[in-house]
Amino acid sequence: MVYMTGAEAFIKSLEKEKVDIIFGLSGGAILPICDAFNDSDIRFVLARHEQGAAHMADGYARASGRIGVCLATSGPGATNLVTGIATANIDSSPVVAFTGQVPRDMIGRDAFQEVDIIGVSASITKYNIQVRRPKEIPRAVKAAFHISNTGRKGSVLVDIPKDVQTLSEELDFPEKVSFKGYRFFEEPDPRELDWAATLLARAQKPMIMAGGGVIASNASSELLKLAEFMMAPVATTLMGKGAIPSDHPLYAGGCGMHGTCEANSLIGEADVLLVVGARFSDRTTGSIQEFSTNSKIIHIDIDRSEIDKNVETVTRVVGDAKLALNGILKRLEKVRRTGSPESPWLKRMKEFREQYAMSESKDNPHFKAPSVVKTLRKFLPRNAIVTTEVGQCQMWAALYFDTYAPRTFLTSGGLGTMGWGFPAAIGAKAARPDVTVVDIAGDGSFGMTENSLATSVEEDLPVIVLILNNRMLGMVAQWQRLFYGRRYIAAKLGKTPDFVKLAEAYGAVGFQPGNTVELEKAIKEAVDSEVTTVIDVPIDPEENVFPMVPPGRGLKDFLVEA
Amino acid sequence: MEMPISTIAFLVENKPGVLFNVTNLFRRRGFNIESITVGPLENPELARMTVSVKADAKIINQIVEQLDKMVDVIKVKRLDPIRTVMREMVLIKLNTIDPMSREEALRCVNEYHGLILNIEPDSIVVEVTGEPSTIDEFIRKVQPLGVIELSRTGVTALEKGHLKL
Repeated sequence: MVYMTGAEAFIKSLEKEKVDIIFGLSGGAILPICDAFNDSDIRFVLARHEQGAAHMADGYARASGRIGVCLATSGPGATNLVTGIATANIDSSPVVAFTGQVPRDMIGRDAFQEVDIIGVSASITKYNIQVRRPKEIPRAVKAAFHISNTGRKGSVLVDIPKDVQTLSEELDFPEKVSFKGYRFFEEPDPRELDWAATLLARAQKPMIMAGGGVIASNASSELLKLAEFMMAPVATTLMGKGAIPSDHPLYAGGCGMHGTCEANSLIGEADVLLVVGARFSDRTTGSIQEFSTNSKIIHIDIDRSEIDKNVETVTRVVGDAKLALNGILKRLEKVRRTGSPESPWLKRMKEFREQYAMSESKDNPHFKAPSVVKTLRKFLPRNAIVTTEVGQCQMWAALYFDTYAPRTFLTSGGLGTMGWGFPAAIGAKAARPDVTVVDIAGDGSFGMTENSLATSVEEDLPVIVLILNNRMLGMVAQWQRLFYGRRYIAAKLGKTPDFVKLAEAYGAVGFQPGNTVELEKAIKEAVDSEVTTVIDVPIDPEENVFPMVPPGRGLKDFLVEA
Repeated sequence: MEMPISTIAFLVENKPGVLFNVTNLFRRRGFNIESITVGPLENPELARMTVSVKADAKIINQIVEQLDKMVDVIKVKRLDPIRTVMREMVLIKLNTIDPMSREEALRCVNEYHGLILNIEPDSIVVEVTGEPSTIDEFIRKVQPLGVIELSRTGVTALEKGHLKL
């Protein structure tokens, strides 16, 4: 037992969890805790808006696999975190958020900067808790870290009233916490593995669809081994991009609304579809009734409530993806020979690939987004981390940016949060300072969190922002062109701001290349300089992202042009 | 087709906010609650909740899984109606100004093994306990006599034999 203030106990609890960096903003109800950071080695990265702080923690978590921590004051500070923790939670990213709260005797009296953040965040966190005494802090912090990063990962919020931070009390630091009601299922049931293996052993046209769960459980090498053993094509969901290298011969590309024609066609023809760590989001499946109708579906997921939630499956494996893939491979090796690269099924894959080879369009007079993304790839180191904003830029990045390793393609999948990519890139840079980090942005998304430029520059967390600038909310405009008879409303962004000047105003570097040679030079300079750089690339405002499966249609109904 | 009513029983941590979290889950996922009852157990750190829901088997399965995932929920089970006893209580205030209806009211209460809790010159308050369908039936019977107000508790349930949560 030791006698200390709640704030001191809080810092010590973070140190015990080996936290070395947090992202946040100060404010009235969190001042005692902020003050205690003066006596700690934990780095406090000052965001300029709490949403940015939460996205930074999220980017840090996704790039590193460790828990990202963010902190804000009560009231507006806490509500500004909401978008960030919801984004992390739906993408199963381990983020822990701490909020200050008004003193206990003021709670419920509509005090200054009081918001019921526990009520507000209930349905967008995996768990949340308000501590009522200093001695509850060590247990709450321990629980938050445990729950956030086990089972299906997610965000956890801990709300700490100001007087609880200030008061001193005898307290101790538990080595472990347990909750009667918190269970997760890592070890798969051997019978479920048997069934899955039996189905796969008989498959003539096996296909794997890999989701974010493969990355979360660091199961990429197990995925590759199984795919190569069966010679099964692999499609990734948006969250699964990076689970298998883009240049692997068995990689069919992304699937879903903006998946490749190859991946979406193969999913339609497969006879057994092994879905690993994915939750059958509507953007991934298209029309559920028409999803992979020729296949028996096997679903591996660590979250039992995901089984049969959206798509009915033939068999399931509840558990950690790494353990499940390993278990299935071991069983298959006993009953099935290695698949052949000359199988009719892989020939079919090749046919699709040739049939739908995406033609290179020329850059005249505007840059074409796909070639800008490919140029970026060419001049980045292989291990570079890319984050994306949301909309057209995100889909171009998903389709055309080759990714070679897990945790190097980070994107807001479930929530589609515009403004996520830039602060997330800063968080990723904090996690991997040795690696080049680039945000592939649109002008609309970047505008939402561009104030993070201050953090990037002042905190020496240099990242590159490449804006595919069409002066439009591009995806909104694309839908208005395709489905609303070109009646643009609330989609045109006009000529401002000047992103070069904006970057310079924050002490960053800005480029606006006019041709491919200048673009290449800008990227090279940005990579070499290790200085925060905004590269503003003007693209055609009329350009659409294809292929596209129109909303409500099946995956095989993709359009390749307007 | 009329959906069957399912009964789900679960143990939760007996602490502030848990009832909110449970009902918030139902609201967010669009599950409709027919009734919900809560009470502490012999161990005051635990409480037992019973929820009645009108939904198909797939939705019921989702409800059970989603509840099970909640940190505050310790155990959850869908109760098999054949292996379960279910009870609900209603308090009902009847208008008895008319002596004829007063007599009829007392006859009904008797028939349903009800208790008379309060008698006033012009009204009575009675308590009837039974399966939810029995309560429905009783209310239908006394409706014509003049119901001033009523309050139902919602269903509580236990499994038969040695089965337990």
